[in-house]
Amino acid sequence: MPAGSPVIEDAPRRAAVQLDGVTKKFGGSVALHEAWLKIPSGEFMTLLGPSGCGKTTLLNLVAGFLDTDGGEIFIDGTLVTETPAHKREIGIVFQNYALFPHMDVAKNIGYGLRMRGVPKAEIARRVEQALALVKLTGYADRRPRQLSGGQQQRVALARALVIRPKVLLLDEPFSALDKNLRGSMQVELKEIQRELGVTTIFVTHDQGEALSMSDRIAVMSAGRIRQIATPDEIYRRPADRFVASFVGDVNVLKARLGSRQSSEAVATVGGIPVIVPAGPLNDVASGAAIDLFVRPEHIQLAPAGEAGTLRGTVSTHIFQGGHVDVYVEAPALSRDRILVRLPGVDAITRWPVGGQVGLRFGTTDLTAFPVEGDPA
Amino acid sequence: MRQPLPQRLLGISGKLLIAAILGFIILPAVVVTIAAFNSKAILTFPPSAYSFRWFERAVSYGDFKKGFQAGLTVTLWASTIALVVGAAFAFAINRYQFKFKRALEGLLLSPLIVPHFTIGLGLLMLAAQTGLPRGYPLIVFCHVVLVLPFVMRCAYISLQNLDTRLELAAASLGASPLKILLTVTLPLLVPGLVSGWLFAAILSFNEFTASLFVTTQATQTLPVAMYNYVREYADPTLAALSVIYIVVTAVLLSLANAYLGLGKVLNVEQGR
Repeated sequence: MPAGSPVIEDAPRRAAVQLDGVTKKFGGSVALHEAWLKIPSGEFMTLLGPSGCGKTTLLNLVAGFLDTDGGEIFIDGTLVTETPAHKREIGIVFQNYALFPHMDVAKNIGYGLRMRGVPKAEIARRVEQALALVKLTGYADRRPRQLSGGQQQRVALARALVIRPKVLLLDEPFSALDKNLRGSMQVELKEIQRELGVTTIFVTHDQGEALSMSDRIAVMSAGRIRQIATPDEIYRRPADRFVASFVGDVNVLKARLGSRQSSEAVATVGGIPVIVPAGPLNDVASGAAIDLFVRPEHIQLAPAGEAGTLRGTVSTHIFQGGHVDVYVEAPALSRDRILVRLPGVDAITRWPVGGQVGLRFGTTDLTAFPVEGDPA
Repeated sequence: MRQPLPQRLLGISGKLLIAAILGFIILPAVVVTIAAFNSKAILTFPPSAYSFRWFERAVSYGDFKKGFQAGLTVTLWASTIALVVGAAFAFAINRYQFKFKRALEGLLLSPLIVPHFTIGLGLLMLAAQTGLPRGYPLIVFCHVVLVLPFVMRCAYISLQNLDTRLELAAASLGASPLKILLTVTLPLLVPGLVSGWLFAAILSFNEFTASLFVTTQATQTLPVAMYNYVREYADPTLAALSVIYIVVTAVLLSLANAYLGLGKVLNVEQGR
């Protein structure tokens, strides 16, 4: 789906968050260019992109921390474009958690309830519930600085959730955690989110996080939303070159466009035909050079010279624990070495460095795009 | 593991240099302190006999008592006014973009560059020209101008160290701008503001040069009273008073540090 067109309503559920052509400029530069986005209630939507792509700007606009320069924002069907942040009923967890250092854990979590004039007894009860939800019962009296990073994050999450927000915003919440903790916190956050059914917008530059946690992902670059789709579709059917290269590892191979049907096209790589989606190749003439994008796990190795394979030379192995990354040189196919991801350690002995191998491409999950930049 | 000789020599001489610098810094205070306990009525060093009599004179001498009261009045007013004005300016400079922002900042910090006697003399001439009485308002105004840069600096550093995401988090939780100011911003600025106030108070209480021009016999602050005293007498009363000064200031600073963690504010340290 091209950026800039309205999202077609795909579910009868009401949109919890809706952006209609929202634009934001900083000085002369456009930080967010006409973003259209519709997030159904309860969805876990991830904004994925490199730094400076506009994802944090979009988050800040939804939160009400920034004013729009065009377009409208709806939360729960209500127009909030001009509504100040403190009246939007939004929970947010920042990268550094932004816990109030002068308040203990209970005061931090209860802050939003105090601002709403909730009676003391109920505040105490709901804070206790929230602590139980994030597995921090008994930590009510601690100060934020006495907590570990993971615990601080739980407090920040509890503080955001206790007000029963219409939307939960997560701004790179895992980037300050070490790798092991990150994994378990991701699982836990996802569980809590599913249990509460709270609509969530999650900002990250980590494609692994995005793929594993999201219901849908909006991939962003240079202030534009490039593609909005499920993680599976983003990975298998990237809408453009940027999405294909940003999400997951990918090999770019020289290919030629053959015949084209309505939705599929036949391309040839090294004389071997493969099927690719026709959509991205609409403006390409038959017989023209195109770039074929192949995921490393969609290539198999076979003995050199086997029918239907293309010849290459193994240049390096990298043992990755669960799998082996084999780099193959095939100058006729690609300027760069081709990455092949093989399960099992035996790949190292089976395909020795310097040996000739045959490359076989899967017939599904390949995509192709018009050649861009300087052709080799 | 032993280091090579040249490095060890360098290490030793470095330590000696640091010791020498520290020694010179506290030398005047040490000399004055010892002189304060001299039992003779002359400022000699080292004393031949010791007593507390000059401390008694220091606290009972009429001009010093009046000077202390006048100084305290001026100090409390000046540092409090400077705190409010300085914090407001610091807030504006930290949070808002406007024309002549740099110029305003430069102007507010200029008393650091303009000599104190210039400010004192200027105010004296102005007062004489306009017929303004040389009362407390003039002295307080003079001190506000002098200590404003320090208060503003302290408030500004605290504001810079304040993570604005805390205020955003508070807003998202439903706090109005006023509530954010009262429950998040101000409580977190307190150590910085108090240390700024304390700096201002110490500077104002010790200020002599500008005060000499704008005070009169009736409104002379303690340093001015001390100056007038030393023109008439040369006994160790002043030394005793100095010791009291040092002890009181040190105690105040230590208390403030213990309760507010001023070290944090002054070191511009921000824990994550």
